[in-house]
Amino acid sequence: MRVNGDVRAIQLDTRTTLLDALREHLQLTGSKKGCDHGQCGACTVMVNGQRIYSCLTLAVMHDGDAITTIEGLGQPGNLHPMQAAFVRHDGYQCGYCTPGQICASVAALEEIKAGVPSHVTADLMAMPQVTAEELRERMSGNICRCGAYSNIVDAITEVAGRQA
Amino acid sequence: MKFDTPATSNPIDQLKVVGHPVDRIDGPRKTTGTAPYAYERHDVARNQAYGHVLGAGIGKGRVTAMDTAAARAAPGVVAIVTTLDMPRLEKGPRNTASLFGGPDVQHYHQAIAVVVAETFEQARDAAAMIRVEYARQPGRFDLAAEGPKAQLASAESGEGGAAPQEDRTGDFEGAFARAPVKLDETYTTPDESHAMMEPHATIAAWDGETLTLWTSNQMIAWGRTDVAKTLGIPEENVRLDSPFIGGGFGGKLFLRADAVLAALGAKAARRPVKLALARPLMANNTTHRPATIQRIRIGAQPDGRITAIAHESLSGDLEGGGPETAVAQTKLLYAGANRLTAMRLAVLDLPEGNAMRAPGEAPGLMALEVAMDEMAERLGIDPIAFRVVNDTQVDPEAPDRPFSQRQLIECLRTGAERFGWSRRSATPGQRREGRWLVGMGVAAGFRNNLVMASGARVRLDGSGGVTVETDMTDIGTGSYTIIAQTAAEMMGVPLDRVTVRLGDSSFPVSAGSGGQWGGNSSTAGVYAACVKLREAVAQRLGFNSAEAVFADGEVRAGNHSAPLGQAAGADGMVAEDTIEYGDLAKRYQQSTFAGHFVEVGVDAATGETRVRRMLAVCAAGRILNPKSARSQVIGAMTMGVGAALMEELAVDKRHGFFVNHDLAGYEVPVHADIPHQEVIFLDEVDPISSPMKAKGVGELGICGVGAAVANAMYNATGVRLRDYPMTLDKMIDRLPQVV
Amino acid sequence: MRPFTYERARSPAEAATAVARQPDSKFIAGGTNLLDLMKLQIETPAHLIDVNGLGLDRIEATPEGGLRIGALVRNTSLAADERVRRDYGVLARALLAGASGQLRNKATTAGNLLQRTRCPYFYGTAQPCNKRQPGSGCAAIGGVTRQLGVIGTSEACIATHPSDMAVAMRALDAVVETIRADGTARRIPIAEFHRLPGETPHIETAMARDEFITAVTLPPPIGGRHVYRKVRDRASYAFALVSVAAVVQRDGTGRVALGGVAHKPWRVEAAEAELPRGAKQAMAAILDGAQPTHDNAFKVTLAERTLASVLAEARG
Repeated sequence: MRVNGDVRAIQLDTRTTLLDALREHLQLTGSKKGCDHGQCGACTVMVNGQRIYSCLTLAVMHDGDAITTIEGLGQPGNLHPMQAAFVRHDGYQCGYCTPGQICASVAALEEIKAGVPSHVTADLMAMPQVTAEELRERMSGNICRCGAYSNIVDAITEVAGRQA
Repeated sequence: MKFDTPATSNPIDQLKVVGHPVDRIDGPRKTTGTAPYAYERHDVARNQAYGHVLGAGIGKGRVTAMDTAAARAAPGVVAIVTTLDMPRLEKGPRNTASLFGGPDVQHYHQAIAVVVAETFEQARDAAAMIRVEYARQPGRFDLAAEGPKAQLASAESGEGGAAPQEDRTGDFEGAFARAPVKLDETYTTPDESHAMMEPHATIAAWDGETLTLWTSNQMIAWGRTDVAKTLGIPEENVRLDSPFIGGGFGGKLFLRADAVLAALGAKAARRPVKLALARPLMANNTTHRPATIQRIRIGAQPDGRITAIAHESLSGDLEGGGPETAVAQTKLLYAGANRLTAMRLAVLDLPEGNAMRAPGEAPGLMALEVAMDEMAERLGIDPIAFRVVNDTQVDPEAPDRPFSQRQLIECLRTGAERFGWSRRSATPGQRREGRWLVGMGVAAGFRNNLVMASGARVRLDGSGGVTVETDMTDIGTGSYTIIAQTAAEMMGVPLDRVTVRLGDSSFPVSAGSGGQWGGNSSTAGVYAACVKLREAVAQRLGFNSAEAVFADGEVRAGNHSAPLGQAAGADGMVAEDTIEYGDLAKRYQQSTFAGHFVEVGVDAATGETRVRRMLAVCAAGRILNPKSARSQVIGAMTMGVGAALMEELAVDKRHGFFVNHDLAGYEVPVHADIPHQEVIFLDEVDPISSPMKAKGVGELGICGVGAAVANAMYNATGVRLRDYPMTLDKMIDRLPQVV
Repeated sequence: MRPFTYERARSPAEAATAVARQPDSKFIAGGTNLLDLMKLQIETPAHLIDVNGLGLDRIEATPEGGLRIGALVRNTSLAADERVRRDYGVLARALLAGASGQLRNKATTAGNLLQRTRCPYFYGTAQPCNKRQPGSGCAAIGGVTRQLGVIGTSEACIATHPSDMAVAMRALDAVVETIRADGTARRIPIAEFHRLPGETPHIETAMARDEFITAVTLPPPIGGRHVYRKVRDRASYAFALVSVAAVVQRDGTGRVALGGVAHKPWRVEAAEAELPRGAKQAMAAILDGAQPTHDNAFKVTLAERTLASVLAEARG
């Protein structure tokens, strides 16, 4: 696997999920385990540019894939624009869902750019736009029990605006 | 420092750092995934093995046999500890259910074994190989059915509000009978789950007789005491460390099975053990907010003045547990000469009921504030006007006891103006926008302000840097940041010169995180330690400490000045103190207030309810950091929406367990459920509460939200629901015909 | 999760052969449902055959003017395909109403059809469940049933099929293409693909054990207004209480399939003649014979009201 740009070769139990490979074997604990069943989104990472739940995929199925985790987006002192926007807008509280929210939001903006529609896209034949409603729907696979949603949408909106 | 007279002016009043909406100082770590949570601490102990907890598969009965042969023989297994290996463990006074040991099963998914193995996968698989035989016993699983047997019960002032089992002022029955306008309705709230994102998790390591637990716990000192008691070891042999906590909401106030079983597993395995409760285990293994059945009676004069008010609540818990204090706010929120509150407690064999964000007031206001809306309609008075008429500036049960601050009317009026309340039609079911029936609702928010003793140690180094150490926790509340702001203000240094270290039981004992007391109390503890340090610094510099001004990294007195670091010298200086409280809380009623405003759309065909706008106007003392305080409030509002519309632990009343015990079955709000939320903090300083003049907001934010949603739904549809969560099945038969 | 061996298949026939060779083996594609269930030991394969490398990820036009969707086309790609958005809107809408962005990026067309019920007693491994352990009984009957089936249920099982995609495909008369280890291919109309529980709720589809889905074909577009309405407690990332997939023509005729009510996507073709007369008549015919529980009787009313709303939207 290529993780955050580095080639990492590891021998694993076939049962090891991508999430546990990252957290336990590569000690990249930024990706979180909230439910281990695809019900919360805290484990979201990008595989070959697409966001997925790393708890519901086996590490062995990612031979040769490029994985981007929160650690690959930015570091303290060198924040990714989305990380900085989350800090500015207080788009988190306890912080446990936060890496998943950030990875999901970076990928969600790419999905909008690529023309992938969502449940709330009014016209399936039109290019989807970055609206609060679109962001809320597209980010709904990431639960924040602290309830930072309103601030998270503000943070993503700011980043999207700057990208546009 | 003893705080027993109202605060006068002090260095916090400068508000150079305190009161500013600064970004959280732990933000860069949280957003980069470098803040370490309990399960992630690879660095603290070598050779960590993995534990997996097995939960009981029955609601009540006994474990008669456990066959662990296959599990012991499974690859990688290092140790297995079962509940039959030891008698029932002692438990701390804050736990109701036993955490481990002995054959008795008190509730479903009670921990009955821990398997320790080399890897997570091996431990989980081996745990599934344990064959368990049970002798089932019939249990009491239905609150309504047990209601007639319930006994009157009081509640101490713990994490929730206090209330005697029955409390009478005046002659409620007589006044209610005479009241020309009255209401007598019953409301129900379901069992709810904290569902914090980080599961309960612990790494345990023994060094001889001493035990270290890297864990996720809101109340470090309670946890330490209870670990010692549970395991039968001296308290000084226990260390807890919880620098980052992935949410708690009351679910991590107390010692839980993760810590106990990590410790037992580590002892058996003779090496450090890490484990987390599997998500599907959490709802039944840990605690929850108990369901309530609440009867409210209100009698009023035609002009709206309440003459009689009664609130009675029934809840259930395991033997030895306590009631949900759902009547607490009704003792204080509205005027009225004749009053009655009462709580009854049924014994249930469901998992332990205990504190969840704003225990008491959260479910209590879900009932009371709907009753107020219903009563206003019966009186033909606007719901805000009705509340204004019944405002009180004193404890209605003890009129010589004033509120330290009470701006409920201002909250409601400010909110009404900002929210456009005047556009609401008093007649329900009048506004239609496409598929949606649209309505507005209001509710008062109320939560008592509790204060707790809280200690801190403050260190000044030779370069003028300040380090604060306290066992206070940051569960998402912003403790790191407001503590840093407090120390920066007190010592006259920029925020980035302050380092804050939290959550370690080797630090001074703090208030901890609960009951929305943490922000005010823990910063007051830091204030106390800083006062001491300032005196020591002034003394060392030979300055008059009363004159000394700490600013810009310097100390000045008269025409003398010196850099702060110079006073500290190469060895630095340390001061430690604890804020303790006198009887101000007895002489004054300290509470926080809010006006919650909600606009909903209800799908005219399906009854799906979606929140369109939300506003909270809060009066809660000095706001130490408007940015993180606002986050506390919007988060609580979000949880309030969940309680109103979707959250319910569904009880299987035959087998005695919560059926929907994962995050797919127990639905909490997602992004799409929550609109942009507005929060307004009214200007307020409360010198009665602490030297910080602050109060709590983290629980105020949920108090009243559910009722505001319910009232908005009624305004939208004309359908009055009194049973939470207000899901579409409860109103589908009462909605107008689909055209 | 039990230990298992793992291989990557290189062709559909090889995959089917591999599954035939080893009795406890299973295909894995997206894994979003299978791994969830394996962690709880509801699924316990001893061998996994990874079919992700088979190249079945294309959407092609058929000679008849329809679409042939490779078994491994991800839900996101299918919903985003321009032909699907234009000609099979009900399918795009159903896909987008399901799960979350992350799950749709992994979940495949075939896997979505094969996903298993979300009945809480199926997931509650301490409880009896005829689907999980044939013959053990059904704890759901008499228990918490708000989410469960109202029609086509049996005394052995009242579970529902959780898919949104399959409901739209049912309305569109999709056909499931399969291949077996011996190389025989067949086309299974979606109406016959999912089964009712009867006395064997653990047998959920018409597939043989060594049968492998290669594609799903959609007949040529039928025009009309396409609507998929999913009713749920929270606004997203939740399973349907009831869903309605409808394709309605200008003259008021059309097709309707329901999700959230039965062990399979529920469609009664004969009842569709009632559609021009309105939702009440149509739904009475569609749900004729429903046997809801006390807790889920609301689904009957809800289905009718939802259909009324869908028909209004289709007309408007």
